[in-house]
Amino acid sequence: MAEMKEAPVGASLSVKTTVWLQNRFPTAFDEYRKHMSEYYAPKNFNVWYFFGSLAMLVLVIQIVTGIFLTMHYKPDAATAFASVEYIMREVPGGWIIRYMHSTGASAFFIVVYLHMYRGLIYGSYRKPRELVWIFGCAIFLCLMAEAFFGYLLPWGQMSYWGAQVIVNLFAAVPFVGPDLALLIRGDYVIGDATLNRFFAFHVIAVPLVLLGLVVAHLLALHDVGSNNPDGVEIKAKKDASGKPLDGIPFHPYYTVHDMLGVSVFLLIFCAVLFFAPELGGYFIEYNNFIPADPLKTPAHIAPVWYFTPFYTILRATTDPMVNVLCVIVGLAAVLNLVKGKGSFVVKAGLLVGAAVLIALMKTFDAKFWGVVLMGGAVVILFFLPWLDASPVKSIRYRPSWHQLVLAVFVVAFVILGYQGTQPAAPSGSALEILSQACTLIYFGFFLLMPWWSRLGTFKPVPERVTFEAH
Amino acid sequence: MKRFITCLLAAFSFAALASEGGPPLDKFPKERVTDVAALQNGAKLFVNYCLNCHAASSMRYNRMVELGLTEDQIKKNLVLATEKVGETMKVSLEPKQGKEWFGAAPPDLSVIARSRAGGGGSGADYLYTYMRSFYRDDTKATGWNNLVFPSVAMPHVLWELQGQQRAVFVETADPHDPKKVVHSFGGFEPITKGTMDKREYDGAVADLVAFLQWMGEPAQNQRVRIGVWVMLFLAAFTVITWRLNAAFWKDIK
Repeated sequence: MAEMKEAPVGASLSVKTTVWLQNRFPTAFDEYRKHMSEYYAPKNFNVWYFFGSLAMLVLVIQIVTGIFLTMHYKPDAATAFASVEYIMREVPGGWIIRYMHSTGASAFFIVVYLHMYRGLIYGSYRKPRELVWIFGCAIFLCLMAEAFFGYLLPWGQMSYWGAQVIVNLFAAVPFVGPDLALLIRGDYVIGDATLNRFFAFHVIAVPLVLLGLVVAHLLALHDVGSNNPDGVEIKAKKDASGKPLDGIPFHPYYTVHDMLGVSVFLLIFCAVLFFAPELGGYFIEYNNFIPADPLKTPAHIAPVWYFTPFYTILRATTDPMVNVLCVIVGLAAVLNLVKGKGSFVVKAGLLVGAAVLIALMKTFDAKFWGVVLMGGAVVILFFLPWLDASPVKSIRYRPSWHQLVLAVFVVAFVILGYQGTQPAAPSGSALEILSQACTLIYFGFFLLMPWWSRLGTFKPVPERVTFEAH
Repeated sequence: MKRFITCLLAAFSFAALASEGGPPLDKFPKERVTDVAALQNGAKLFVNYCLNCHAASSMRYNRMVELGLTEDQIKKNLVLATEKVGETMKVSLEPKQGKEWFGAAPPDLSVIARSRAGGGGSGADYLYTYMRSFYRDDTKATGWNNLVFPSVAMPHVLWELQGQQRAVFVETADPHDPKKVVHSFGGFEPITKGTMDKREYDGAVADLVAFLQWMGEPAQNQRVRIGVWVMLFLAAFTVITWRLNAAFWKDIK
């Protein structure tokens, strides 16, 4: 318990108010210093570092617009579709709120994908920031759940059939699948019960978890300090007073910096919102203007763009693909036995494990393994801190060909995304093989990382960050 | 790498083909959506010809004051049945009856223009082409077929305006397999004259589609107008934040 301070005699009202507050709520002042005015961030942030604060901005946009939408939206299969049109027409300013929310959903994923890519190129997940990365991955997972639940609410054809496809995936789980799907839907088909529970998840359950994770993400970040484009630990070089030599207070320097980022972001965001809110069917799918009809399956069911890379991985997992995976698992185990380090018992154990896995892969349906790969594509991100064995963090000081590896990964991810927006490729076609190749590249990038990330000639990392005054 | 690029190119050319199914769509004359006279004429056509079977249950009659009409004019000319001017455009036809009579319940038209967009063009392009592509086909129950929507349940409601036409299909050899023939559309041929000539009919359909497009999102013109001001404000705001940032950062060496 701190002692009560006294304001000097004749002090101004603002000084008196500050002292009054300091005596009663010192935590607020301590936390403000810890996280804003005395949080030292590296001074060499570049354009990639805008996306963290932009993700926060979009989160706030989604929560605030979401609250207003909830005031008029009806989570009822009979009235949901019409209530969205009611918001678009009869609620004053309703169309702006709704378009902010629908554009915000896509903007959230754009910003988060770029934010994750930043972490990938500068090694922001490396020691000591593993937990920051893991909390971030959990946020991404929550965001996907949030987007999935929210997409059912307008109760259009794509809402309905998209949910149908995704919930049916759970039915592919061996033994418990059908019961699991029934538990999620609350009915034998997607219906009113499903809409009600998805609404509950979308407006309260997932946002609560999401907010908690965002707080954990930020607190963990502020404990270990931000990484930077050089991957240099700024806390290693401090001045006499203990401040990092290359660090600057977050407030005011990065608050004004982020304001610039926010204004440029809002220019793009509002250009979409006011001039192309459907963005050619990518942000709001045209089919979703047809009310949900359980009796009419659309010819082409496509998830919204941000899910499409994972959707393509699911579709690419056909029987021949499972055979390819079996061969890869078998080869990996044999290679490990012949060339790997470690005791013979462990290696033999891995070989037996691989044999069991291959047997399972041939036992269960390819569809189930598609679901496993789709989930695995997200789960694998959590392990990134331990997959990367590069001696340096930042791509700047890695061998140049690592950039090429990264580029191939990004191109594969974009192709997977694009293919997910298109009708399924015919079985055995070049397109299907392309999507299978991209799936292998996606997983190969991560699973082979312990090997490739340590190869090549690394450049010397500087002692201090590289920075040129603006 | 070369093969990879070939695959990539194949992927994109396939996508371009896939998005095109069906005949090419004619371009809807977009300027009509901001033309008040066209929208009023479209509203009249909509109320007279469409609203008997199709509802527009999200559309309030008196929202049409935004088309330059007074509530009184709307009440006298556009509200046909016993409805009040503040009500939405409901229809007395039961979905069940519609299903019995036509084989499909007539869909609600509130957002029809938004739902019909796709790879081939905007929703308005689709509707503009669709309403001009009905032709006589005695094999169908209604005696009508449509080039854009084959075997459509709806008969040609505007036939008295357009007149009747038949579709001419030409048989050509399949370029991939010379043994097969493909039927391709070779144009429409008039059978009987309507009360309008082709130019007048195209204009009337364009007005009707303009109304449907406006009705799909009545705030759309306002949205663009507000958007211009928002962009101007944000551009000015960006200049301010840019200079503010520069002013703070000049001490960081």
